[in-house]
Amino acid sequence: MIRLEKRPQPSKVWGTLTPVLAVIATMIAGGILFWMLGKDPLEAIRTIFWDPLFHETFGPYSRPQLLVKAGPLILIAIGLSLGFRAGIWNIGAEGQYIMGAICGAAVGLAFYPSESILIFPAMVLAGAIGGWAWAMIPGVLKVKFGTNEILVSLMLVYVAENILASVSQGLLKNPDGMGFPGSRNFRDFPAAHNTDLIAGTGMHWGVAAAFIAVILAYILLTRHMLGFQVRLTGEAPRAAKFAGVNPTRLILFCLGTSGALAGLAGLFEVSGPSGQVSIDFNAGYGFTAIIVAFLGRLHPIGILLAGLLMALTYIGGELAQLMLGLPGAAIQMFQGMLMFFLLAMDMLSHYRVRWKTPAAAQEGAN
Amino acid sequence: MTGDMRQGDALMTLEGLTKAYPGVLANDQVSFSLLPGEVHALLGENGAGKSTLVKMIYGLVKPDAGQMTLNGEAFAPVNPAAARAAGVAMVFQHFSLFDALSVAENIALGMDNPPSTRELASRIREVSQAYGLPLDPDRIVGDLSAGERQRVEIIRCLLQNPKLLIMDEPTSVLTPQEVEILFETLRKLTSEGTSILYISHKLEEIRALCEHATILRHGVVVDTCDPREKSARELAELMVGDKLHVPSRDPAEPGAVALSLSGVSMPSPSEFGTDLRNVSLEVRKGEVLGIGGVAGNGQDELLAVMSGEARAQDGSITLAGEEINTLSPGARRARGLLTAPEERLGHSAAPEMSLIENALLTGSVREKLVDRGFLRWNKTEKFARRIIEAFDVRTPSADNAAGSLSGGNLQKFVIGREVLQNPDVLVVNQPTWGVDAAAAASIRQSLLDLAHKGAAVIVISQDLDELMEISDRFTALNEGRLARPVPTQGLSVEEIGLMMGGAESDEVAA
Repeated sequence: MIRLEKRPQPSKVWGTLTPVLAVIATMIAGGILFWMLGKDPLEAIRTIFWDPLFHETFGPYSRPQLLVKAGPLILIAIGLSLGFRAGIWNIGAEGQYIMGAICGAAVGLAFYPSESILIFPAMVLAGAIGGWAWAMIPGVLKVKFGTNEILVSLMLVYVAENILASVSQGLLKNPDGMGFPGSRNFRDFPAAHNTDLIAGTGMHWGVAAAFIAVILAYILLTRHMLGFQVRLTGEAPRAAKFAGVNPTRLILFCLGTSGALAGLAGLFEVSGPSGQVSIDFNAGYGFTAIIVAFLGRLHPIGILLAGLLMALTYIGGELAQLMLGLPGAAIQMFQGMLMFFLLAMDMLSHYRVRWKTPAAAQEGAN
Repeated sequence: MTGDMRQGDALMTLEGLTKAYPGVLANDQVSFSLLPGEVHALLGENGAGKSTLVKMIYGLVKPDAGQMTLNGEAFAPVNPAAARAAGVAMVFQHFSLFDALSVAENIALGMDNPPSTRELASRIREVSQAYGLPLDPDRIVGDLSAGERQRVEIIRCLLQNPKLLIMDEPTSVLTPQEVEILFETLRKLTSEGTSILYISHKLEEIRALCEHATILRHGVVVDTCDPREKSARELAELMVGDKLHVPSRDPAEPGAVALSLSGVSMPSPSEFGTDLRNVSLEVRKGEVLGIGGVAGNGQDELLAVMSGEARAQDGSITLAGEEINTLSPGARRARGLLTAPEERLGHSAAPEMSLIENALLTGSVREKLVDRGFLRWNKTEKFARRIIEAFDVRTPSADNAAGSLSGGNLQKFVIGREVLQNPDVLVVNQPTWGVDAAAAASIRQSLLDLAHKGAAVIVISQDLDELMEISDRFTALNEGRLARPVPTQGLSVEEIGLMMGGAESDEVAA
């Protein structure tokens, strides 16, 4: 019989080991799934985890994609994790992402076709402010009227989507676009284009910003009073109040920061990989980032790894659909398995497993 | 040991009960027996293994080894429902009641097969009358006093006709008058043959109520005795295994007024809290002001209004002559007013965080643990170690989570954290609640030492013996009103009881 015993404190060793175990368990269970679908399990696993990085033909194409996809996920998830740590639930990062992209792009397009080097920094600033302002709406409503930030931020996503549809057919529409919806393409606007910093790596400014955000968040949470207050508020809200944390300021800080980072991610995406403001340029990064934040245990380094892993399964999944003809649903199921095993393996860091002989179990029951 | 001789006609016997947790042997070969109709005290410091032992009896924890018998038959409850079915009931130290539900609804929730509400209400009335525990089944629990809430728990147990009733620290929330009512009930129960296993730190009570005591230390039964034949001090020394240090005092001449509240009124921030009404008090340098009162009479609110977690609606609060009502908790700390709330887990300390982080929680301002927003972890760790050392906090290291410490040790840490910051005024709420005798004595001594060094100390407590021992002046909170402080010396228990609440007097008559 197996028995679980709660550890007095979560184990650090298991905390780092469980993600690795979870990936292995996912590979095994996923392999069985693919085998039952009539595919070679080893080949399928290799296609998802190995080929995107190391395949001779596809590697060069998909390696940059890894950073392109992981960048915005990490950037948004870092911002969200601050709020989640403090028990402030910004679910509307997708909306802040869209508004950041619109604001940043609008500033850039307003100066078309200027070649000033100040344009891109101004766009970055406008993107951050756009996301920040959109997140301030649930923030101020919560602080002033006690509204629920989950609901308000989520509903503002749909408002943002409608604004996006409107501007890409109206205000920001490409005057030379022959009536098609969507803005000018930033590829044709060098001063405002977010190109690869090192050609062919996918390493654009947004990815750099994501790495910087990881480092700053790590410093904030481990070395700064504000980070301590964020953690304290999440762990014990009453103790935080007793310690003198100002809840209003903390709510506005967390929502504002996550909004600004989501806005930045949107701006970097629209001016880089996506290239233009269009009706559906947003790819759900704002929602996926919520999963990335939790997968990374709300820890900056964890989020960095989770973002990369998430991006890898997306790219590998697409590759597997293409190469092996695996159905898209099987890939989604595979990703679901990864979440499942990661969360389930968490048990090992909080509990220890004891094996009990049947005889001893019998004695205990008597 | 006497246990062996008593086994023949025992209601319950425990033999060689052993339970190990990672890193600690909570119970090691514990054996004793309970006679029908006796009140048996289980004595021991915090962490001595009392809770583990009763949890095994109540089916919450499975022993690693050893046997129990009930009425001569093997007894090994797999869960509390099995224990209840066998006739074992338990009243916990922390009540498990829902404020928004009625008494009858709460009782129904705790029963395995609740009867219809009307039938249950009439049975509650019957039982409450039979045992002298007045209780209206239709009242909302949120409106009840702590003593009445305890009655709900007791009646919930009595409805099952238990053969053994386990009570964990039952009097810590009661006025002296309520304690008398409870003891009457317990004596009536034992006269009908029910046995009671009674856990308490209050040695005088144990001497008044119990016929037999088993003393645990570090999970081992170290002695058994008849508490009526021992003095409270002898019992305490058996528990601690050492000579007990009785707080000594050397009253200094009180100095200038350090903190004063005048006409402070404040609606309670919580729905079932108590509003403060026109509270005025003054505390001088070098004196200890004791504030008694039954829990839920505005203690939390009074502390919050002083700590800065809440603002007074009317009236003024001055610290060394300066109005501080609008200042934040941090600003008050900077000016020398420190506080320690009652609830350790989640209020005065964050349970999941390490002791180092908890040292930072209130120490950041006065100990200068923050430099332009950045945390000085080395300095914080030194501060935490200083607290641990000076206040004899038993913990493997300063990195351990606050929640992994026993209640007494964490409380020593919390009090130590405030005392070591050299406050001008220290306000503590229930400083020794749920803390063992030795730790309580050392906490009291540190408060007295602080006052002797010239700080003003306010102690809010339900433990009257404690207040009598350490305070220079005494007052009491009753429904958010504060009585006029009087000198402690020469105050009788009856006078105190009256100060604590005229509202309780009709219940005394009942």
